[in-house]
Amino acid sequence: MSALFRNLLHFARLLHGLGLDVPAGRMVDVGRALQNVDLGARADVYYTLRSLLVHRRRDLAVFDEAFRVFWRPVRGDRTQLDLRALGERRKFGAPEMLGPVGDHDATTAQAPVVQIQRTAPASASSQEALRTKDFSEFTADEILEAERMLSRLEWAPPSRRTHRWRSGAGAVLDLRQALRASTRHGGEPMVLPTRRRRTRTRPLLLLCDVSGSMEGYTRMLLQFIYGVSVGRERVEAFVFATRLSRLTALLARRGAGRILTHLARHVPDLAGGTRTGEAIRTFHRTWARRLGVRSAVVLLISDGWDRGDPDLLREGMARLQRSCHRLIWLNPLLGSPSYTPATRGMRAALPFVDDFLPAHNLASLDALASHLNALSARAVSHGVAPFSRGGHAPAATVAATSWN
Amino acid sequence: MTDPMRADSIDAVHTMLSAQHYVADRGLATSIFLALRLGRPLLLEGEAGVGKTEVAKALASALGTELIRLQCYEGLDVTHAVYEWNYARQLLEIRLMEAGGTVDRKAAARELFSDEFLIKRPLLRALDDGSGSPPVLLIDELDRADEEFEGYLLELLSDFQISIPELGTVRASTPPIVIITSNRTRELHDALKRRCLYCWIDYPSFEKELGIVTARVPDAPTHLATQVTAFVQELRTAELYKVSGVSETLDWIAALVALDRDELDAATVDETLGIILKNQEDLDAIRGERVQTLLNRAAARSRS
Repeated sequence: MSALFRNLLHFARLLHGLGLDVPAGRMVDVGRALQNVDLGARADVYYTLRSLLVHRRRDLAVFDEAFRVFWRPVRGDRTQLDLRALGERRKFGAPEMLGPVGDHDATTAQAPVVQIQRTAPASASSQEALRTKDFSEFTADEILEAERMLSRLEWAPPSRRTHRWRSGAGAVLDLRQALRASTRHGGEPMVLPTRRRRTRTRPLLLLCDVSGSMEGYTRMLLQFIYGVSVGRERVEAFVFATRLSRLTALLARRGAGRILTHLARHVPDLAGGTRTGEAIRTFHRTWARRLGVRSAVVLLISDGWDRGDPDLLREGMARLQRSCHRLIWLNPLLGSPSYTPATRGMRAALPFVDDFLPAHNLASLDALASHLNALSARAVSHGVAPFSRGGHAPAATVAATSWN
Repeated sequence: MTDPMRADSIDAVHTMLSAQHYVADRGLATSIFLALRLGRPLLLEGEAGVGKTEVAKALASALGTELIRLQCYEGLDVTHAVYEWNYARQLLEIRLMEAGGTVDRKAAARELFSDEFLIKRPLLRALDDGSGSPPVLLIDELDRADEEFEGYLLELLSDFQISIPELGTVRASTPPIVIITSNRTRELHDALKRRCLYCWIDYPSFEKELGIVTARVPDAPTHLATQVTAFVQELRTAELYKVSGVSETLDWIAALVALDRDELDAATVDETLGIILKNQEDLDAIRGERVQTLLNRAAARSRS
């Protein structure tokens, strides 16, 4: 038994090295469990170890391979795979470093949060001019300045009423508290405590187009996504051009400045063509159920230049609207007074969009923040998009000018 | 009937479940055996309709013990999961005391918050069962509950005791056999997962699913059962929003038996497709020529 136990400890260390979460003390359970199992039956030993050492589906394959390699019978049954190829490299990932971006974050975190309007003097200062300048026309210096301004964006994500109760200042009588209090007065309810529903931040889902036609906006929009997601729970971000890539983990680990370089390396279709419909379908199939978008506000950021199948886009958008709380399409082109949503993709998508808003300058993102803050905490929120019913041109113009 | 201790080997568990018409593979049987042996909760994950809930039902009836089920949903709280006071009766009792002229504050408080006025919800019932053999506690679809409840559950599963402020602490004499299921609409917290034995239940293979179908719907003709199973297996390889589970297969074959069909042809599939596909987009994608293609592939599969 002792030789076996020593081997088990080695095995646990191997699994740990492969990224499995093996809690301390778990091997004691394994020891106890194996006393009840026929050690000659390889399959039983395998299943026993698996039920105790794996608790995430994604670890199953790694465990299988590790088991096959480690508890190799004396001959044959050799693995084709090197363990290092399986993921031991995780240990050798690039070290996390705090670059200038990290420092910059630290200072903004301590600085008092000031809304952009308030920092800008009433006169047409450089900041004010920057607020209304189109992202795509920014110079390198202006990008840096705008990023600083964006990081100060006051962002209160919308909340929703949950099914949980808290006591105090509500419309519903809290019977439990009332009865407990009444026993102090000989069973006479002298005070009537009440309770109310708790509220909770709505999840936010960002789907951002990073295709070639969006190039002028990509950097600022990623900065915006970073600003929205950093330090907040329940924000999920994806980018897409022809394929969909999840950004959430990257955002948590890296500063915004690094995201673009990372995307260039990890998102093969950066600045490629756009297939919004396919991207949305991938989202539905792979992510929608796991992330739970039902109570979420979805921000889809794209200029609507789509080379994919419009029917697929229509179907995907319809489903997306049905499965979320509110579907908002942000279009940088909507900032131009002459823009009409006439592209095939945009026309297919618009009927399912709750809000069609511009996202071409800082002022428009500011307006978006206050729009979201004003969303209802109640369940139903879909309305027919204000700009979707015929006569696109004038409506879009109104929207653009009112936020300029 | 069967003492949990008599489930003394993996084979015994396997046989025990087969007797309940539950077809378990070796991995699941091992997990259940260990859960019984080590007294640990068993966490079953898998897509909807692969028979996670059925495990608990089969286990309870195999062990001849009570099944206590807690269906999770968002906002599930103490008053629905653990206990609540019966306010109506409490109010009535106060009036009765008054009428009897015996209102003594301390006694009233003690009497009003006694066992008699306590409504026991599933978790409390599972600890305070009263009968000798530990019940099977099924915590179904835990991923639907919110994180607050998960935190509470973690605490409960570590000591198997519940404290009620007005009454004191309730401790389980024999801890229940706990089965937790999750459809993975969100990841459960790692701390909770560490406490449990874990088993991922996948969609069954053709042979296993056919075994389940014949065990569960014994009056289905063999030919039809084979055809339906093969068709569903093919359907799972198609690109769909919502893949149908084993429970849908069972519903479908039961429906076909009720309709007196003994052959699965394109027309029959078309009429009854709504039983296995519950999504308009998926129905549209499969209806029409795709049905015949799938039927042909299914026929090839069941022949091989």
